[in-house]
Amino acid sequence: MSTINALQCRECGRAYEPRAVHVCEFCFGPLEVQFDYQAIRDRISRESIAAGPQTLWRYADLLPVESGWDPTWPVGLTPLQRAHNLGERLGLNRLYIKNDTVNPSFSFKDRVVAVAVAKARELGFETFACASTGNLAGAVAAAGARHGMDTYVFLPADIELGKVRGAAVYGARIVAVDGTYDELNRLCSEIADLYEWAFCNINVRPYYAEGSKTLAFETVEQLGWQAPDHIVAPIASGSLYTKIGKGLRELVDVGLLDEQHTRIHGAQGDGCAPVAEAFARDSMTYRAVRTPQTIAKSLAIGNPADGFYALKLAKECEGVIDAVSDAEIVDGIRLLAETEGVFAETAGGVTVGVLKHLVENGEIGPDDLTVALITGNGLKTQEAIDSQTADSFAVKPTVTSFEQVLADRGVYVTA
Amino acid sequence: MPTVRIPTPLRSLTGGESRVDVAADTVGALVQQLEADYPGMAERLLDADGELRRFVNIYVDGDDIRFKDGFDTALDGVGEVSIVPSVAGG
Repeated sequence: MSTINALQCRECGRAYEPRAVHVCEFCFGPLEVQFDYQAIRDRISRESIAAGPQTLWRYADLLPVESGWDPTWPVGLTPLQRAHNLGERLGLNRLYIKNDTVNPSFSFKDRVVAVAVAKARELGFETFACASTGNLAGAVAAAGARHGMDTYVFLPADIELGKVRGAAVYGARIVAVDGTYDELNRLCSEIADLYEWAFCNINVRPYYAEGSKTLAFETVEQLGWQAPDHIVAPIASGSLYTKIGKGLRELVDVGLLDEQHTRIHGAQGDGCAPVAEAFARDSMTYRAVRTPQTIAKSLAIGNPADGFYALKLAKECEGVIDAVSDAEIVDGIRLLAETEGVFAETAGGVTVGVLKHLVENGEIGPDDLTVALITGNGLKTQEAIDSQTADSFAVKPTVTSFEQVLADRGVYVTA
Repeated sequence: MPTVRIPTPLRSLTGGESRVDVAADTVGALVQQLEADYPGMAERLLDADGELRRFVNIYVDGDDIRFKDGFDTALDGVGEVSIVPSVAGG
């Protein structure tokens, strides 16, 4: 039995059959999955979820896929870690981090891609593809390999070699496009029409985007079925941020929570912060950033498709959308690593940096139940901290040399 | 006279044509001329206030008019105008 009512345009409200379409044919607005919450309410319970797989598919009833998923592909249900040390440094007594660095390809993109690949199979597609500059490429390549699909990843030709390797190793075909990311995206939307391929971020995007809700579902379940007072999430296109809001609302709609009043806060790097900038002006209209300049490259979307909806959600839930500098991003990465042993990519540094601002500004109180979403692994963006590597001691292979170096640095160790 | 690239959802208005030639001095005039040639085009591109719809982009030789002069963007010497739905990044 389908729990999807339709795809509905978020701009003009026109409804469409749930096929591989992503924009409204009338006004080009984005389409979103509308569920039959009454039907879901009748079949879902905290117990049915607890009895489900140890992956995001324990929430299959709230995901827009009827079949085609692999519940053993270990995506989601990542650790919600109590962050005592980081909390102490920031002045928070009840801080947790949702550690999404440990997904199969080391970022939260595995969640959205797991849903996209399942839907692509269900709709009969044999080729799976995406346009990407980073995390999405690796996630699509890994999922394509696991699910036995032909996989194409379109990247700008000048992309870092590490990102090419991180997708090529899974056997994906890498298409290096001589053009900007924008031109590449336009090419991909034409290819999606011509070749009938499933493109994650294009024709199956409405389904793909729903995967982000599982971060909210898991957070609430792992807190013992309570919604936190605050969630801090990074913002690139604004899709993850807005789906956290949708996920929390759905838990109430289907009777898994009585109520929720979570303030959802958004984080951007100040070299590409169109949503934070509009928030600061108290405007619902962001100004697109033509040339992003931030080390948080995975967040550097100058024209964020869900920017308007992110601003709308922030208003509704009394969230704050803020931005931090490159230096604060690096500080955030180091602070998280040094206090909690978690190495986050630059987006995690952005989140920690904004969390710090929110505490300093009094938006988050010391006893508020707070969750920071750490969405990607630091090994992906090591260049960001190249100039910040820890002090290393060069020594000869003798104890004398070692102790001499320690003494030179003023470090005395009692043997 | 610039050639306008028509995206798939709007080709029902152009009789299936993916490229049409339109004589106009500015992007604003071009939109009006498109409406005259292919009635129904304007409401697809413009919102109730006459502004470009939030998820519609117009490129003039590859440059987004939002980064130029909007509807006042001049079309002197322009070869191609593209109408492109927003594509969300990943």
